Amino acid sequence: MAKRTVVPFGPQHPVLPEPIHLDLVLEDERVVEVIPSIGFIHRGLEKLCEIREYPEMVYIAERICGICSFIHGQTYCQAVEGVMKIDVPERALFLRTIWAEMSRIHSHLLWLGLFADGFGFESLFMHSWRVREKLLDIVEETTGGRVIFGTAKVGGVRKDIDNLTLNRIKGELKNIEKQCRELTSVFEKDDSVKRRTKGVGILKKEDAVALGAVGPTLRASDVEWDARKLGYAAYSKVDWQIVVEKDGDCYSRCIVRCKELYQSFNIIYQCIEKIPDGPIDVKVTGSPNGEYFARTEQPRGEVIHYVKANGTKNLARFRVRTPTFANIAPLVKMLEGCELADVPVIVLSIDPCISCTER
Amino acid sequence: MIHIEEQTYEIIDKSQLIEKVTQKKKDGCRLVQISCTPLENNLEITYTFDKDYKCSHLRLSILQEDACLPSISGVYLAAFAYENELHDLFGIKVTDLAIDFKGNFYKLSVKAPFSPKTQNKVEQ
Repeated sequence: MAKRTVVPFGPQHPVLPEPIHLDLVLEDERVVEVIPSIGFIHRGLEKLCEIREYPEMVYIAERICGICSFIHGQTYCQAVEGVMKIDVPERALFLRTIWAEMSRIHSHLLWLGLFADGFGFESLFMHSWRVREKLLDIVEETTGGRVIFGTAKVGGVRKDIDNLTLNRIKGELKNIEKQCRELTSVFEKDDSVKRRTKGVGILKKEDAVALGAVGPTLRASDVEWDARKLGYAAYSKVDWQIVVEKDGDCYSRCIVRCKELYQSFNIIYQCIEKIPDGPIDVKVTGSPNGEYFARTEQPRGEVIHYVKANGTKNLARFRVRTPTFANIAPLVKMLEGCELADVPVIVLSIDPCISCTER
Repeated sequence: MIHIEEQTYEIIDKSQLIEKVTQKKKDGCRLVQISCTPLENNLEITYTFDKDYKCSHLRLSILQEDACLPSISGVYLAAFAYENELHDLFGIKVTDLAIDFKGNFYKLSVKAPFSPKTQNKVEQ
Protein backbone atom coordinates (compact mmCIF):
# COMPACT_ATOMS: atom_id res chain seq x y z
CA MET A 1 0.00 0.00 0.00
CA ALA A 2 1.31 3.44 -0.95
CA LYS A 3 1.89 6.03 1.73
CA ARG A 4 -1.27 7.97 2.56
CA THR A 5 -1.34 11.76 2.46
CA VAL A 6 -4.16 14.08 3.52
CA VAL A 7 -4.65 17.05 1.21
CA PRO A 8 -7.07 19.78 2.33
CA PHE A 9 -9.37 21.03 -0.45
CA GLY A 10 -11.08 24.33 0.37
CA PRO A 11 -12.72 26.15 2.08
CA GLN A 12 -10.96 28.68 -0.19
CA HIS A 13 -10.27 27.26 -3.64
CA PRO A 14 -10.33 28.78 -7.17
CA VAL A 15 -13.30 26.64 -8.26
CA LEU A 16 -15.32 27.30 -5.11
CA PRO A 17 -17.28 30.54 -5.00
CA GLU A 18 -18.41 29.57 -1.50
CA PRO A 19 -16.69 27.71 1.33
CA ILE A 20 -16.80 23.94 1.61
CA HIS A 21 -13.89 21.88 2.88
CA LEU A 22 -12.86 18.35 1.93
CA ASP A 23 -10.11 16.35 3.57
CA LEU A 24 -8.83 14.21 0.69
CA VAL A 25 -6.95 11.08 1.77
CA LEU A 26 -4.60 10.18 -1.10
CA GLU A 27 -2.54 7.18 -2.09
CA ASP A 28 -0.14 8.70 -4.62
CA GLU A 29 -2.49 10.77 -6.83
CA ARG A 30 -5.61 8.70 -6.14
CA VAL A 31 -8.30 9.72 -3.65
CA VAL A 32 -9.15 6.83 -1.32
CA GLU A 33 -11.26 8.60 1.28
CA VAL A 34 -13.06 11.93 1.59
CA ILE A 35 -14.26 13.72 4.73
CA PRO A 36 -16.48 16.71 3.97
CA SER A 37 -16.92 19.77 6.21
CA ILE A 38 -19.48 22.51 5.83
CA GLY A 39 -20.85 25.07 8.25
CA PHE A 40 -18.34 27.88 7.78
CA ILE A 41 -21.06 30.47 7.13
CA HIS A 42 -24.18 28.99 8.73
CA ARG A 43 -26.73 31.81 9.10
CA GLY A 44 -29.60 30.24 11.03
CA LEU A 45 -32.22 31.95 8.84
CA GLU A 46 -34.83 29.37 9.86
CA LYS A 47 -34.90 30.81 13.36
CA LEU A 48 -36.00 34.21 12.07
CA CYS A 49 -39.57 32.87 11.97
CA GLU A 50 -39.63 33.67 15.71
CA ILE A 51 -39.66 37.41 15.00
CA ARG A 52 -40.92 37.69 11.41
CA GLU A 53 -44.60 37.16 10.67
CA TYR A 54 -45.41 34.41 8.21
CA PRO A 55 -46.13 36.72 5.21
CA GLU A 56 -42.74 38.42 5.77
CA MET A 57 -40.85 35.13 5.89
CA VAL A 58 -41.15 34.86 2.11
CA TYR A 59 -38.52 37.63 1.88
CA ILE A 60 -36.21 35.60 4.13
CA ALA A 61 -36.88 32.44 2.11
CA GLU A 62 -35.97 34.24 -1.12
CA ARG A 63 -32.67 35.34 0.39
CA ILE A 64 -31.55 31.80 1.19
CA CYS A 65 -29.91 31.73 -2.23
CA GLY A 66 -29.15 34.25 -4.95
CA ILE A 67 -29.50 31.79 -7.82
CA CYS A 68 -32.73 29.94 -7.07
CA SER A 69 -34.22 32.70 -4.93
CA PHE A 70 -37.60 32.65 -6.66
CA ILE A 71 -38.10 28.91 -6.18
CA HIS A 72 -37.26 29.22 -2.46
CA GLY A 73 -39.93 31.91 -2.16
CA GLN A 74 -42.38 29.87 -4.20
CA THR A 75 -41.80 26.73 -2.12
CA TYR A 76 -42.24 28.61 1.13
CA CYS A 77 -45.52 30.06 -0.17
CA GLN A 78 -46.67 26.59 -1.23
CA ALA A 79 -45.92 25.30 2.29
CA VAL A 80 -48.01 28.04 3.95
CA GLU A 81 -50.74 27.67 1.32
CA GLY A 82 -50.76 23.93 2.06
CA VAL A 83 -51.38 24.61 5.75
CA MET A 84 -54.02 27.30 5.11
CA LYS A 85 -55.66 25.46 2.15
CA ILE A 86 -55.39 28.55 -0.02
CA ASP A 87 -56.78 28.33 -3.54
CA VAL A 88 -54.17 30.16 -5.63
CA PRO A 89 -55.50 31.69 -8.89
CA GLU A 90 -54.48 29.79 -12.01
CA ARG A 91 -52.79 32.77 -13.67
CA ALA A 92 -50.50 33.07 -10.62
CA LEU A 93 -49.59 29.38 -10.93
CA PHE A 94 -48.60 29.86 -14.58
CA LEU A 95 -46.56 32.97 -13.73
CA ARG A 96 -44.80 31.07 -10.94
CA THR A 97 -43.95 28.33 -13.44
CA ILE A 98 -42.58 30.83 -15.98
CA TRP A 99 -40.33 32.53 -13.39
CA ALA A 100 -39.24 29.20 -11.91
CA GLU A 101 -38.16 27.96 -15.35
CA MET A 102 -36.35 31.23 -16.03
CA SER A 103 -34.51 30.60 -12.75
CA ARG A 104 -33.59 27.13 -13.96
CA ILE A 105 -32.27 28.43 -17.29
CA HIS A 106 -30.13 31.15 -15.73
CA SER A 107 -28.89 28.78 -13.02
CA HIS A 108 -27.91 26.11 -15.56
CA LEU A 109 -26.18 28.70 -17.76
CA LEU A 110 -24.30 30.00 -14.73
CA TRP A 111 -23.28 26.44 -13.87
CA LEU A 112 -22.21 25.63 -17.44
CA GLY A 113 -19.90 28.65 -17.28
CA LEU A 114 -18.45 27.67 -13.90
CA PHE A 115 -18.02 24.08 -15.07
CA ALA A 116 -16.14 25.22 -18.19
CA ASP A 117 -13.99 27.46 -15.99
CA GLY A 118 -13.35 24.45 -13.73
CA PHE A 119 -11.61 22.56 -16.49
CA GLY A 120 -9.92 25.64 -17.93
CA PHE A 121 -12.15 26.41 -20.93
CA GLU A 122 -12.30 30.17 -20.34
CA SER A 123 -13.95 31.22 -23.61
CA LEU A 124 -16.79 28.74 -23.03
CA PHE A 125 -17.24 30.18 -19.54
CA MET A 126 -17.57 33.70 -20.98
CA HIS A 127 -20.00 32.60 -23.71
CA SER A 128 -22.24 30.89 -21.11
CA TRP A 129 -22.44 33.97 -18.96
CA ARG A 130 -22.92 36.26 -21.96
CA VAL A 131 -26.03 34.29 -22.97
CA ARG A 132 -27.22 34.27 -19.36
CA GLU A 133 -27.15 38.06 -19.23
CA LYS A 134 -29.84 38.24 -21.93
CA LEU A 135 -32.12 36.06 -19.84
CA LEU A 136 -31.44 38.16 -16.74
CA ASP A 137 -32.57 41.21 -18.74
CA ILE A 138 -35.97 39.52 -19.20
CA VAL A 139 -36.07 38.64 -15.49
CA GLU A 140 -35.30 42.27 -14.63
CA GLU A 141 -37.97 43.54 -16.99
CA THR A 142 -40.67 41.26 -15.58
CA THR A 143 -39.80 41.29 -11.88
CA GLY A 144 -37.66 44.37 -11.27
CA GLY A 145 -34.75 42.32 -9.92
CA ARG A 146 -31.92 40.30 -11.40
CA VAL A 147 -31.03 38.30 -8.28
CA ILE A 148 -34.00 38.51 -5.92
CA PHE A 149 -37.19 38.37 -7.99
CA GLY A 150 -39.45 39.41 -5.10
CA THR A 151 -42.59 38.30 -6.91
CA ALA A 152 -43.73 35.31 -4.84
CA LYS A 153 -46.29 35.92 -2.12
CA VAL A 154 -48.58 33.74 -0.05
CA GLY A 155 -51.77 33.49 -2.08
CA GLY A 156 -50.31 34.21 -5.52
CA VAL A 157 -47.73 36.54 -7.05
CA ARG A 158 -46.99 40.25 -6.66
CA LYS A 159 -46.66 41.17 -10.31
CA ASP A 160 -48.41 40.30 -13.54
CA ILE A 161 -46.89 40.11 -17.01
CA ASP A 162 -49.36 41.33 -19.61
CA ASN A 163 -50.07 39.04 -22.55
CA LEU A 164 -48.46 41.39 -25.08
CA THR A 165 -45.20 41.36 -23.12
CA LEU A 166 -45.40 37.59 -22.70
CA ASN A 167 -45.61 37.12 -26.47
CA ARG A 168 -42.70 39.49 -27.06
CA ILE A 169 -40.66 37.65 -24.41
CA LYS A 170 -41.37 34.40 -26.22
CA GLY A 171 -39.62 35.80 -29.31
CA GLU A 172 -36.63 36.90 -27.22
CA LEU A 173 -36.45 33.49 -25.57
CA LYS A 174 -36.38 31.81 -29.00
CA ASN A 175 -33.32 33.89 -29.79
CA ILE A 176 -31.65 32.95 -26.48
CA GLU A 177 -32.53 29.29 -27.10
CA LYS A 178 -30.75 29.47 -30.47
CA GLN A 179 -27.62 30.80 -28.77
CA CYS A 180 -27.90 28.08 -26.11
CA ARG A 181 -27.91 25.41 -28.84
CA GLU A 182 -24.61 26.75 -30.21
CA LEU A 183 -23.21 26.82 -26.68
CA THR A 184 -24.33 23.37 -25.56
CA SER A 185 -23.13 21.74 -28.78
CA VAL A 186 -19.59 22.52 -27.53
CA PHE A 187 -20.28 20.82 -24.19
CA GLU A 188 -21.78 17.83 -26.00
CA LYS A 189 -19.22 17.38 -28.80
CA ASP A 190 -15.92 19.04 -27.91
CA ASP A 191 -13.14 16.54 -27.38
CA SER A 192 -11.41 18.46 -24.58
CA VAL A 193 -14.68 18.64 -22.62
CA LYS A 194 -15.22 14.91 -23.04
CA ARG A 195 -11.67 14.08 -21.97
CA ARG A 196 -12.10 15.95 -18.67
CA THR A 197 -15.61 14.70 -17.89
CA LYS A 198 -16.37 11.30 -19.45
CA GLY A 199 -15.92 8.40 -17.04
CA VAL A 200 -14.99 10.84 -14.25
CA GLY A 201 -16.77 10.86 -10.88
CA ILE A 202 -19.15 8.02 -11.61
CA LEU A 203 -22.19 7.66 -9.34
CA LYS A 204 -23.96 4.36 -9.97
CA LYS A 205 -27.74 4.20 -10.07
CA GLU A 206 -28.02 2.14 -6.87
CA ASP A 207 -25.64 4.49 -5.01
CA ALA A 208 -27.54 7.57 -6.20
CA VAL A 209 -30.77 6.19 -4.72
CA ALA A 210 -29.20 4.78 -1.56
CA LEU A 211 -27.33 8.01 -0.80
CA GLY A 212 -30.35 10.25 -1.41
CA ALA A 213 -29.05 12.15 -4.47
CA VAL A 214 -31.41 14.71 -6.01
CA GLY A 215 -31.78 16.77 -9.17
CA PRO A 216 -29.48 16.45 -12.19
CA THR A 217 -27.05 14.46 -9.99
CA LEU A 218 -29.75 11.80 -9.56
CA ARG A 219 -31.11 11.93 -13.12
CA ALA A 220 -27.62 11.60 -14.64
CA SER A 221 -27.42 8.23 -12.89
CA ASP A 222 -30.40 6.87 -14.82
CA VAL A 223 -33.04 7.59 -12.16
CA GLU A 224 -36.23 9.13 -13.51
CA TRP A 225 -37.29 11.40 -10.65
CA ASP A 226 -38.19 15.07 -10.83
CA ALA A 227 -40.28 16.86 -8.18
CA ARG A 228 -42.08 18.83 -10.91
CA LYS A 229 -43.94 15.59 -11.68
CA LEU A 230 -45.77 16.12 -8.36
CA GLY A 231 -47.84 18.54 -10.42
CA TYR A 232 -47.52 21.72 -8.36
CA ALA A 233 -47.86 25.19 -9.98
CA ALA A 234 -48.72 24.66 -13.69
CA TYR A 235 -46.51 21.62 -14.31
CA SER A 236 -49.48 19.28 -14.58
CA LYS A 237 -50.89 21.46 -17.38
CA VAL A 238 -47.89 21.37 -19.70
CA ASP A 239 -46.35 18.52 -21.62
CA TRP A 240 -42.78 17.65 -20.62
CA GLN A 241 -40.57 14.63 -20.04
CA ILE A 242 -37.92 14.01 -17.38
CA VAL A 243 -34.37 14.24 -18.76
CA VAL A 244 -32.32 11.17 -17.86
CA GLU A 245 -28.76 10.10 -18.73
CA LYS A 246 -27.30 6.67 -18.08
CA ASP A 247 -23.59 6.88 -17.29
CA GLY A 248 -23.62 8.78 -13.95
CA ASP A 249 -20.36 10.62 -14.72
CA CYS A 250 -19.56 14.35 -14.90
CA TYR A 251 -20.35 14.38 -18.62
CA SER A 252 -23.83 12.93 -17.98
CA ARG A 253 -24.54 15.51 -15.30
CA CYS A 254 -23.51 18.22 -17.77
CA ILE A 255 -25.69 16.80 -20.56
CA VAL A 256 -28.72 16.54 -18.24
CA ARG A 257 -28.41 20.26 -17.52
CA CYS A 258 -27.92 21.08 -21.21
CA LYS A 259 -31.09 19.19 -22.15
CA GLU A 260 -33.01 20.69 -19.24
CA LEU A 261 -32.36 24.12 -20.70
CA TYR A 262 -34.50 23.26 -23.75
CA GLN A 263 -37.07 21.55 -21.58
CA SER A 264 -37.39 24.80 -19.58
CA PHE A 265 -37.71 26.90 -22.75
CA ASN A 266 -40.43 24.53 -23.93
CA ILE A 267 -42.31 24.71 -20.62
CA ILE A 268 -42.23 28.54 -20.74
CA TYR A 269 -43.52 28.56 -24.36
CA GLN A 270 -46.41 26.29 -23.37
CA CYS A 271 -47.20 28.42 -20.32
CA ILE A 272 -47.30 31.56 -22.50
CA GLU A 273 -49.71 29.77 -24.86
CA LYS A 274 -51.96 28.45 -22.11
CA ILE A 275 -51.89 31.13 -19.39
CA PRO A 276 -55.47 32.10 -18.52
CA ASP A 277 -56.66 35.61 -17.81
CA GLY A 278 -57.74 36.43 -14.29
CA PRO A 279 -56.52 37.57 -10.88
CA ILE A 280 -52.94 36.97 -9.76
CA ASP A 281 -53.55 36.63 -6.03
CA VAL A 282 -56.15 36.09 -3.35
CA LYS A 283 -56.48 37.97 -0.09
CA VAL A 284 -55.03 35.93 2.74
CA THR A 285 -56.43 36.53 6.21
CA GLY A 286 -55.90 34.84 9.54
CA SER A 287 -52.95 32.81 10.71
CA PRO A 288 -51.88 29.31 9.73
CA ASN A 289 -52.43 26.39 12.08
CA GLY A 290 -50.99 23.02 11.16
CA GLU A 291 -47.98 21.70 9.29
CA TYR A 292 -46.92 20.90 5.74
CA PHE A 293 -43.86 19.70 3.85
CA ALA A 294 -43.75 21.42 0.44
CA ARG A 295 -41.48 19.95 -2.23
CA THR A 296 -40.40 21.56 -5.47
CA GLU A 297 -37.64 21.06 -8.03
CA GLN A 298 -34.87 23.64 -7.93
CA PRO A 299 -32.15 23.76 -10.60
CA ARG A 300 -30.01 21.65 -8.25
CA GLY A 301 -32.78 19.26 -7.24
CA GLU A 302 -35.59 18.69 -4.80
CA VAL A 303 -35.96 21.32 -2.08
CA ILE A 304 -38.16 20.96 1.00
CA HIS A 305 -39.74 23.76 2.96
CA TYR A 306 -41.42 22.59 6.15
CA VAL A 307 -43.63 24.89 8.16
CA LYS A 308 -45.34 24.20 11.46
CA ALA A 309 -47.76 26.82 12.69
CA ASN A 310 -49.73 27.21 15.89
CA GLY A 311 -52.38 29.75 14.91
CA THR A 312 -50.24 32.83 15.55
CA LYS A 313 -48.59 35.17 13.05
CA ASN A 314 -45.18 33.62 13.80
CA LEU A 315 -44.42 30.10 12.66
CA ALA A 316 -43.47 27.57 15.32
CA ARG A 317 -40.88 26.06 12.99
CA PHE A 318 -39.53 26.77 9.54
CA ARG A 319 -37.11 24.24 8.13
CA VAL A 320 -35.44 24.05 4.72
CA ARG A 321 -33.69 21.02 3.27
CA THR A 322 -31.70 22.16 0.28
CA PRO A 323 -30.57 20.01 -2.67
CA THR A 324 -26.85 20.53 -2.08
CA PHE A 325 -27.25 19.24 1.49
CA ALA A 326 -28.77 16.05 0.05
CA ASN A 327 -25.97 15.76 -2.53
CA ILE A 328 -23.09 15.85 -0.01
CA ALA A 329 -23.13 12.08 0.63
CA PRO A 330 -23.29 11.26 -3.13
CA LEU A 331 -20.38 13.68 -3.71
CA VAL A 332 -18.25 11.76 -1.20
CA LYS A 333 -19.04 8.53 -3.06
CA MET A 334 -18.20 9.90 -6.52
CA LEU A 335 -14.86 11.29 -5.28
CA GLU A 336 -13.64 7.93 -3.97
CA GLY A 337 -11.11 6.44 -6.38
CA CYS A 338 -10.73 9.54 -8.56
CA GLU A 339 -7.51 11.33 -9.49
CA LEU A 340 -6.61 14.42 -7.45
CA ALA A 341 -6.69 16.57 -10.63
CA ASP A 342 -10.34 15.58 -11.22
CA VAL A 343 -11.57 16.68 -7.77
CA PRO A 344 -12.49 20.27 -8.79
CA VAL A 345 -14.48 19.04 -11.82
CA ILE A 346 -16.32 16.41 -9.76
CA VAL A 347 -17.13 18.87 -6.96
CA LEU A 348 -18.50 21.34 -9.51
CA SER A 349 -20.52 18.62 -11.24
CA ILE A 350 -23.09 18.52 -8.40
CA ASP A 351 -23.50 22.31 -8.79
CA PRO A 352 -22.81 22.93 -5.09
CA CYS A 353 -24.71 25.85 -3.58
CA ILE A 354 -23.26 26.45 -0.15
CA SER A 355 -25.36 29.58 0.31
CA CYS A 356 -28.46 27.32 0.23
CA THR A 357 -26.85 24.71 2.44
CA GLU A 358 -25.81 27.30 5.03
CA ARG A 359 -29.31 28.78 5.18
CA MET B 1 -56.25 25.44 -7.57
CA ILE B 2 -55.12 23.92 -4.28
CA HIS B 3 -52.16 21.58 -4.67
CA ILE B 4 -51.73 19.51 -1.53
CA GLU B 5 -49.49 16.50 -1.70
CA GLU B 6 -50.82 13.43 0.11
CA GLN B 7 -48.38 12.58 2.89
CA THR B 8 -48.62 9.97 5.64
CA TYR B 9 -47.36 10.23 9.21
CA GLU B 10 -46.58 7.22 11.37
CA ILE B 11 -45.98 7.90 15.05
CA ILE B 12 -43.38 5.54 16.45
CA ASP B 13 -41.41 4.98 19.62
CA LYS B 14 -37.66 5.58 19.73
CA SER B 15 -37.09 1.86 20.32
CA GLN B 16 -38.80 1.04 16.99
CA LEU B 17 -36.76 3.50 14.93
CA ILE B 18 -34.06 1.25 13.46
CA GLU B 19 -36.56 -1.53 12.67
CA LYS B 20 -38.96 0.86 10.93
CA VAL B 21 -36.18 2.60 8.99
CA THR B 22 -34.73 -0.75 7.91
CA GLN B 23 -38.18 -1.69 6.59
CA LYS B 24 -38.33 1.56 4.62
CA LYS B 25 -34.99 0.72 3.07
CA LYS B 26 -36.20 -2.79 2.17
CA ASP B 27 -39.30 -1.23 0.59
CA GLY B 28 -37.03 0.81 -1.70
CA CYS B 29 -37.70 4.20 -0.13
CA ARG B 30 -35.34 7.15 -0.52
CA LEU B 31 -34.40 9.08 2.62
CA VAL B 32 -35.57 12.63 1.91
CA GLN B 33 -34.75 14.46 5.13
CA ILE B 34 -34.62 14.41 8.92
CA SER B 35 -35.86 17.40 10.90
CA CYS B 36 -36.43 18.45 14.49
CA THR B 37 -39.12 20.71 15.95
CA PRO B 38 -38.87 21.87 19.57
CA LEU B 39 -42.15 21.47 21.45
CA GLU B 40 -42.93 22.47 25.05
CA ASN B 41 -41.01 19.69 26.80
CA ASN B 42 -40.11 17.46 23.88
CA LEU B 43 -38.26 17.45 20.62
CA GLU B 44 -40.26 16.12 17.68
CA ILE B 45 -38.09 14.28 15.16
CA THR B 46 -39.43 13.58 11.65
CA TYR B 47 -37.83 11.17 9.19
CA THR B 48 -39.15 11.69 5.66
CA PHE B 49 -39.06 9.07 2.90
CA ASP B 50 -40.18 8.96 -0.72
CA LYS B 51 -41.17 6.17 -3.03
CA ASP B 52 -42.91 6.69 -6.38
CA TYR B 53 -43.62 10.35 -5.51
CA LYS B 54 -45.41 9.31 -2.30
CA CYS B 55 -44.06 11.02 0.78
CA SER B 56 -44.20 9.24 4.13
CA HIS B 57 -42.94 10.36 7.53
CA LEU B 58 -41.85 8.50 10.63
CA ARG B 59 -42.26 10.68 13.69
CA LEU B 60 -41.07 10.27 17.23
CA SER B 61 -40.81 12.42 20.28
CA ILE B 62 -37.94 12.60 22.76
CA LEU B 63 -37.52 14.52 25.99
CA GLN B 64 -35.53 17.74 25.77
CA GLU B 65 -33.55 16.72 28.85
CA ASP B 66 -30.72 14.36 27.82
CA ALA B 67 -32.05 14.20 24.24
CA CYS B 68 -30.59 11.09 22.65
CA LEU B 69 -31.26 9.15 19.44
CA PRO B 70 -29.85 6.04 17.77
CA SER B 71 -28.27 6.80 14.40
CA ILE B 72 -29.87 5.45 11.23
CA SER B 73 -26.65 6.03 9.26
CA GLY B 74 -26.01 2.29 9.43
CA VAL B 75 -29.13 1.87 7.27
CA TYR B 76 -29.00 5.07 5.22
CA LEU B 77 -25.43 6.40 5.13
CA ALA B 78 -26.69 9.79 3.92
CA ALA B 79 -28.33 10.27 7.33
CA PHE B 80 -24.93 11.21 8.82
CA ALA B 81 -25.31 14.80 7.56
CA TYR B 82 -28.81 15.24 9.03
CA GLU B 83 -27.83 13.61 12.33
CA ASN B 84 -24.73 15.74 12.76
CA GLU B 85 -26.99 18.73 12.08
CA LEU B 86 -29.40 17.55 14.83
CA HIS B 87 -26.47 17.39 17.21
CA ASP B 88 -24.97 20.76 16.33
CA LEU B 89 -28.21 22.79 16.12
CA PHE B 90 -30.38 21.09 18.75
CA GLY B 91 -27.83 19.44 21.04
CA ILE B 92 -29.25 15.94 20.46
CA LYS B 93 -26.77 13.17 21.20
CA VAL B 94 -26.82 10.68 18.32
CA THR B 95 -25.22 7.32 19.03
CA ASP B 96 -23.36 5.07 16.55
CA LEU B 97 -23.01 7.72 13.84
CA ALA B 98 -21.23 6.43 10.72
CA ILE B 99 -19.36 9.74 10.35
CA ASP B 100 -19.31 11.68 13.62
CA PHE B 101 -18.07 15.27 13.41
CA LYS B 102 -18.30 15.55 17.21
CA GLY B 103 -19.90 18.99 17.13
CA ASN B 104 -17.83 20.39 14.27
CA PHE B 105 -20.25 19.90 11.39
CA TYR B 106 -21.31 23.53 11.73
CA LYS B 107 -18.84 26.10 13.02
CA LEU B 108 -21.09 27.98 15.42
CA SER B 109 -20.46 30.72 17.95
CA VAL B 110 -23.34 29.45 20.12
CA LYS B 111 -23.61 25.82 21.13
CA ALA B 112 -26.90 24.17 20.03
CA PRO B 113 -28.47 27.50 18.97
CA PHE B 114 -31.86 25.99 18.04
CA SER B 115 -32.29 24.13 21.34
CA PRO B 116 -34.96 25.58 23.66
CA LYS B 117 -32.51 25.04 26.52
CA THR B 118 -30.04 27.47 24.96
CA GLN B 119 -32.41 30.42 25.39
CA ASN B 120 -30.89 31.89 22.26
CA LYS B 121 -33.64 34.33 21.36
CA VAL B 122 -33.50 36.22 18.09
CA GLU B 123 -33.55 39.98 18.61
CA GLN B 124 -35.21 42.57 16.39
